[in-house]
Amino acid sequence: MTTIRVNGQAEPLAAATVAELLAARGIGPDARAVAVALNGAVVRRGDWPATALNPGDELDIVRPFQGG
Amino acid sequence: MTMNDTLTIGGRSFRSRLFLGTGGYPNQKTMLDALKASGAEVATAAIRRISLEGYGESLIDVLGDRVTLLPNTAGCLTAKEAVLTAQLAREALGLDWVKLEVIGDRELLYPDSEELLKATAELVADGFTVLPYCTDDPVTCRKLADAGAAAVMPLGAPIGSGLGIRNPHAIEVICARSPVPVVLDAGIGTASDAALAMELGCAAVLLNTAVSKARDPVRMAAAMRDAVAAGWNARTAGRIPRRFGAEASSPQLGLIGS
Repeated sequence: MTTIRVNGQAEPLAAATVAELLAARGIGPDARAVAVALNGAVVRRGDWPATALNPGDELDIVRPFQGG
Repeated sequence: MTMNDTLTIGGRSFRSRLFLGTGGYPNQKTMLDALKASGAEVATAAIRRISLEGYGESLIDVLGDRVTLLPNTAGCLTAKEAVLTAQLAREALGLDWVKLEVIGDRELLYPDSEELLKATAELVADGFTVLPYCTDDPVTCRKLADAGAAAVMPLGAPIGSGLGIRNPHAIEVICARSPVPVVLDAGIGTASDAALAMELGCAAVLLNTAVSKARDPVRMAAAMRDAVAAGWNARTAGRIPRRFGAEASSPQLGLIGS
């Protein structure tokens, strides 16, 4: 398997690390108010570059939205 | 007489006792104007997946430093989901407090007390200041406080229903017995509901739809600001006892014709 799920949607695994995948989406290391979970656990911002992605991983990228 | 008008929850202090939600406004400008008119110092925010297309303007860019955000775990159905959402919120916003929502019924949006208690205990152990959205049940509220919740936030009526406070007695009992501040959350329809919450002894009111879906959200936000302040003042001043009969407020002597 060479796919991962990003925010619930399957896609080809084309990045080696969390930081690479985020950068491809325009989310740099200084992006405000973004957080990431890999397989149900938060990946701290400082750990984005060193966190490798593997086939079958589930990644969630979130941020605050309007809500009550 | 001295009167402490400052609201303190989990070490954070506020002058305003109104927390305003940021969801469902007709547009962004109206939301910002309503926030300003409400005088609220705390505004809630949801934590959601970003769109896969890219990264646009964030709520935090829009709000800037106008208010303190209170992230929620709206929509979570299990303690596990809610705990992860709270941890993501902390990472995203650098805030260790959370409006904890664990919903047990997608239609009623009623809290699942069992999962809520579990999530509260886990998040407290993880260093969070937890403000659980809960049922208007004194026992559940006490258990949440025992588990370390910094406040309890019982519902007045279902979220977005605008039905007001369906069980004022329960809210009054919760307020009288709670060791932590009580924030009336959900169900507020109009200003008198917010005033009643404060008169019953609540420390604050959290509302969203009553303002965001009003015909004039900015004016309703101002009405809620005034209602919360009026209710707080009335509660603090102490209402007169209810009497069965009349008691004249004019002198009984010196009547003409007597």
